[in-house]
Amino acid sequence: MPLITFREALRQAMDEEMERDEDVLLLGEEVGHYNGAYKISQGLLDKYGEKRVIDTPITEEGFTGLGVGAALAGLRPIVEWMTLNFSLMAIDQIYSNASKTRYMSEGQFTCPVVFRGPNGPAEFLGAQHSQALQSIYAHVPGLKVVAPSTPYDGKGLLKAAIRDDNPVIFLESELAYGWKGEVPDEEYLVPIGSANIKRKGSDVTIVGFSKPVKMILDAAEELEKEEVSVEVVDLRSIRPLDEEAIYASVRKTNRCVVVDEAWPFASVGTHVGWLVSKNCFDDLDAPVEVITSEDVPMPYNHRLELAAQPSIEKITRAVRRVLYL
Amino acid sequence: MGKVQTKDEIVRHHDKDLVARFLREMIRIRRFEEKAGQMYGLRKIGGFCHLYIGQEAVAVGSILSLDLKRDYVVTGYRDHAHALVCGMDPNTVMAELYGKATGCSGGKGGSMHMYDAALHMIGGNGIVGSQIPVAAGFALKIRYRKEDGVVLCYFGDGAIHQGAFHETMNLAKIYRLPIIFICENNHYGMGTDYKRVSAVFDFSIMGAAYDIPGKQVDGMDVLTVYDEMSKAVEDVRKNSHPLFFEMKTYRYRGHSMSDPAQYRTKEELNQYREQDPILILKKQMTDAGLLTDDEYKKLDGEMKKVGDKAAVFADESEEPSPDSLYQNVYAD
Repeated sequence: MPLITFREALRQAMDEEMERDEDVLLLGEEVGHYNGAYKISQGLLDKYGEKRVIDTPITEEGFTGLGVGAALAGLRPIVEWMTLNFSLMAIDQIYSNASKTRYMSEGQFTCPVVFRGPNGPAEFLGAQHSQALQSIYAHVPGLKVVAPSTPYDGKGLLKAAIRDDNPVIFLESELAYGWKGEVPDEEYLVPIGSANIKRKGSDVTIVGFSKPVKMILDAAEELEKEEVSVEVVDLRSIRPLDEEAIYASVRKTNRCVVVDEAWPFASVGTHVGWLVSKNCFDDLDAPVEVITSEDVPMPYNHRLELAAQPSIEKITRAVRRVLYL
Repeated sequence: MGKVQTKDEIVRHHDKDLVARFLREMIRIRRFEEKAGQMYGLRKIGGFCHLYIGQEAVAVGSILSLDLKRDYVVTGYRDHAHALVCGMDPNTVMAELYGKATGCSGGKGGSMHMYDAALHMIGGNGIVGSQIPVAAGFALKIRYRKEDGVVLCYFGDGAIHQGAFHETMNLAKIYRLPIIFICENNHYGMGTDYKRVSAVFDFSIMGAAYDIPGKQVDGMDVLTVYDEMSKAVEDVRKNSHPLFFEMKTYRYRGHSMSDPAQYRTKEELNQYREQDPILILKKQMTDAGLLTDDEYKKLDGEMKKVGDKAAVFADESEEPSPDSLYQNVYAD
């Protein structure tokens, strides 16, 4: 099976969907002539032309709303946000229009738009460029929120997102764009709303999504040396959330650690932590631990930056806590 | 009867049936909105209710220059009139105001969220200016699919300083979008006179920053509105580029039902009442021998009945079922 980068997997997804359906178009800053700020859209302008690969000015509110309107009108736009941090300029269009028009019109409209871009901290970028914003999108009924952690999941979920008739927030990760993974030649989709087990285990369940899943798997390797068997649940989708997959694992292991690189207050991680605490109460042998970023803006200094985020050490310590080791 | 008019002068060269339709539509809006206001006072309608009374000529003169099979209407929360002129049934509009299952949005939208996908009435938006980029998205679709439609995007003087307006004007120009931006300047953004919060008073020049031609239009004269808009629509349909109009208009009621409108004087209000668009057209038609007082009274009575009937329909309609709470959050 071909081994390709996350970046290439996402590019393939967009390319295949644009070839399959003429109504799919891509718009965003630098997506065309620059071939993408992170080169995700490499070659797409050359192949599809300026009608379908549209370079925008730096006007997130404007071009996000443009994408929402185009979707309501019947096209299937992909809107690239150079980073999710910049999406904050456009949040009214997502909250007020993308997520609610179908409901407020009692089903007269669909809004098949995908908003995608890198989310969460990369490195050295400072506080304004390092925010993990999944919770503010996961909060909203009417949106779907997807967060793949591998090239395989990335390609399958992006294709599914483009074909989905709902507005989908598709969260990538800058530091993961270069990761390599096996991706089949044959066409496949990964369904939205389905988690999967990235590593089978029996002593503790660690739930995660996005870039931190790799760190969780590394932590699991270390813990195996201490004879702790870790099961890793990769959410893949945040909204809709595959609750059953989480609970099935926790019923088996009786212990749960949740990892989310966002801040702890009202985050996806703390929400999942609450759900497990409530719904697996009788199966749990320890309180649920949630590992998040420290509750601070992201500092520039690299040591501080790493200290502010989840780490293998923080995860293994949490696992030992729930195992009372 | 007035003095003898030549055929050419009769209501400024317009087809008699069209002129009659203008009058009918404006009175229909007026009586509907008055009824809605009355029913709001009786607590049949709750929340926000922004009435279009006084501004009728803008919606009527502009929307009736469209072909709604290929054109689109996008507006803000003062949308009852646009809904009616697009051809939405007054019964379903009133039922929506009442929050009933028979409302055009099943009671799930309310006053600020009137939609009819088939009639190309794309709302309705409660957030000031939020509809503007969305309207451009419809224009993008038209251009993308090589259609020949036009989008009319309405917003008020309160919206024109929003970033969304400026960003969209720029996008519309660079992408050559077939969209006509219409600022309905009714003098007040809620309680604030536009002159207190605007760097320039002639909004038509604001298009210049984006190389978009702008024009100020007397929004109280429906024939003027129609003339300007039909020319503009034809131009945009053919040449696919954005245009911008500032319609000078006025609302006779407060910003919404909860606004006692103490920010304007009685003198100012009375002065504008003399420019009532319905009375202006009535006089034009009467002077041209197209309308008698009796005919006017009869028409007015008929239009009052439309509003009355709508209120009865809404009153007698069912509430939405509890199941509808979770319906249409997502498309399957």
